[in-house]
Amino acid sequence: MKTLRLTDVVKTYGETLALRKASLEAHSGEVVAVCGENGAGKSTLMSILAGSRQPTSGHIEIDGERATIDNPHRAFELGIRTVYQELSLLPNLSVAENLYLGKLPRGRLGTIDWQSVFADARRDMAAVGMDHVDVRRQVADFAVATQQMIEIAKAIQVRPDVLILDEPTGVLTSMESERLFEKIRELKATGTIILYISHRLEEVIDIADVIVVLKDGQVVDTMRRAEASKDRLVTAMVGRPLESIYPKRVPPQAERLMQVEGFGRTGVFDDVNFTLHRGEILGFFGLVGSGRTEVMRALFGADRSERGTVTLEGKVMGRPTPARSIGAGIGFLTEERKADGLALDADILDNASLASMDRASIGPFLNRDSQRTLVGNMTGELDVRPPDLGHVVRRMSGGNQQKVVLAKWLLLNGLKVLILDEPTRGVDIATKVQIYQLVANLAAEGVGIVMVSSEMPELLGLTHRICVMRQGRIVAEFDPEKASEHEIFVAAANVSMEAA
Amino acid sequence: MTDNIMTTQNRRRFASFNISRAGKANLVFALGILALIVATSLMSDAFLTERNMTNVARQMVTTGLLSIGMLVVILSGGIDLSVGSVVAFAGLLAAGLQETMPIGAAIAIALSVGVAVGIINGVFVAYFRLQPFIVTLATMGAVRGALYIYSETPTYASDPFFISVLGSGKLFGVVPYTFLIFLVCIPIMWMYLNHTKSGRSVIAIGMNPEAVRLAGVDVRVQTTVAYVICGFFAALAGVLLSARLGISQPNVGVGYELDAIAAVVIGGGVLGGGGGTVGGMFGGVLALAVIDNVLNLFNVQSYYQQLVKGVIILIAVIVRRKPQG
Repeated sequence: MKTLRLTDVVKTYGETLALRKASLEAHSGEVVAVCGENGAGKSTLMSILAGSRQPTSGHIEIDGERATIDNPHRAFELGIRTVYQELSLLPNLSVAENLYLGKLPRGRLGTIDWQSVFADARRDMAAVGMDHVDVRRQVADFAVATQQMIEIAKAIQVRPDVLILDEPTGVLTSMESERLFEKIRELKATGTIILYISHRLEEVIDIADVIVVLKDGQVVDTMRRAEASKDRLVTAMVGRPLESIYPKRVPPQAERLMQVEGFGRTGVFDDVNFTLHRGEILGFFGLVGSGRTEVMRALFGADRSERGTVTLEGKVMGRPTPARSIGAGIGFLTEERKADGLALDADILDNASLASMDRASIGPFLNRDSQRTLVGNMTGELDVRPPDLGHVVRRMSGGNQQKVVLAKWLLLNGLKVLILDEPTRGVDIATKVQIYQLVANLAAEGVGIVMVSSEMPELLGLTHRICVMRQGRIVAEFDPEKASEHEIFVAAANVSMEAA
Repeated sequence: MTDNIMTTQNRRRFASFNISRAGKANLVFALGILALIVATSLMSDAFLTERNMTNVARQMVTTGLLSIGMLVVILSGGIDLSVGSVVAFAGLLAAGLQETMPIGAAIAIALSVGVAVGIINGVFVAYFRLQPFIVTLATMGAVRGALYIYSETPTYASDPFFISVLGSGKLFGVVPYTFLIFLVCIPIMWMYLNHTKSGRSVIAIGMNPEAVRLAGVDVRVQTTVAYVICGFFAALAGVLLSARLGISQPNVGVGYELDAIAAVVIGGGVLGGGGGTVGGMFGGVLALAVIDNVLNLFNVQSYYQQLVKGVIILIAVIVRRKPQG
């Protein structure tokens, strides 16, 4: 395939215009990035190419000829492969089976030739730099980041003409992202057209040849890499310049709020020590497997800890459990809101009030009206949309879902410490800015914030200090106003300056 | 992503569309039951008589009480197959023990057996993390075995209060007391599910137990509470059934769990958690009772009755199927 062109594509859902005359052109060997806020129409555009949705009007041309992609199978035939944000692997099957599902090779007796399946699967995984993955183990055994790499390996195994990647690095750490970028460059050299959707502006500028910015279903800006800058991208996406993304830092207070000493669980993390001051935003950085999420989960009591003490306001706390932490005023936004942050089929009211039912109850009985008032005030403050508290959370955008989780923790009586694990993952830029502002405001009010993130810019832009974890320990600490992304990455990966 | 592109206004419209879809299903059912009642009363003189209505009301009691408990367990994401056995055991105890002790004590012991079975179910499901289906299948067999050990023969009730007042007494000579007890339990259950911390927690557990655990709720305790409630209502159903019949047999209650599950599902309950209301459950119980009665009045063989019930459950599930996407 030489060129892929979309012309004046319109897509309506009922009365809503998802795409209004969006046009896009991509050539063989080109990486075209599609940027835009949530709801700008990126995913609709991609699903039209993947054959899962039909345009209301407009057309698709392949090498100058009109093409109809009326179902996902047709897209496959045309050599279009898509890696979606939501993983589509079967968790209980082995990595190898997932890679060759529906086309497992047969041996002489008509039985599956497992040896060649495993060999091919190992080759596919090696191709994305994941040689260490045991392809016979089931997918569920691996971390999300590895699963994402399996998904990518599956898509490129067939040498597609067009590869669509929807937020591929959302769950990847810097190291895996680097591997992915290498692979993208390789594919580019062989003439593959790559459509790349991402929120992360740095990597878009890094990897794309052409960047297309969508806003409200329209292409509002198209630029070649040489012309691109974060400022121009952000301004095009949100109509607001970059400087205003991170709020001004207010220095933390001198008083020690929480002290963690000798915290450990055998084989996972050990000898974790840090102090959190009142009003401080303490960042945590680390690669997948460094133990950053595990420490936070144990600190809140979501998982077990075996050693160490946690002191809050001078008082030594017992071994953390969720109930104990909540009672002490510690909130915890987990890494994966859909897995353990939200009851997706419940409404905003039930989700947001889940951790603070005591605030609106007399004995075992709930006062639903006062619950409604408490939650309504909070979601109003956070600008949750829709404002209707009876709205089922499943039908909300990622950004608004995250605000519901935040509301749940902000509603804790006497919130003192808020632990945030990847608070801006899968969240659009406008909501990110709101979350940054919220975090800064909380800190200014004296709440201590512990924030894990794999997005270095937000750690550098928002926090007062950054702890770096590697192999279950805190190995370095940085002042974000002086440190560079490079230094921090080197500390996290323990590689020499040359290799990084 | 399709949701994301919608404007706020449209999302609201979309939401109300969903509500009206569930509402539409309820309306369809209500109209269906109503049409059935009207049609039957036109075709059969026996239907709208006081005697038949009393019959329908009484028949609703057992399935109704079982469904109340089953609703809670289903909302928690589980299922309880042991309720039929609990009905029989509680009935036997209530009838058998009244010879030797005051009737109040006999009933209390019968009810506590239901609670005990609920605790056993809850502990195995919540603390040992075993599948509810398997656990309650095991207790279903074990309780049935235990009650045969207690008594292999039918037990006759003798207490006059038990038989004449609780069993066959009627308020103002019209409404059976057993039915009245069932009716009183409905708002209590509604209150529990909508206005207590425990009730909201149980519902949320059925949707995402991990999120509930991390919100500081003791998921194991609350899950156990759901099974205890279910066991209690099953025992209550057993006591009232033996009071109505004046006799309790060890083989009573076989297959009752299926009627209760059917009533909850017809009323919009979702196996595995995530949906179900007290109102819907009541509609399900009413529908099953009316259909049973109608088929009886027209002398339809019981085999056909089972067939018809099966078809109705399938239709109910299809109508209530969630829209894709």
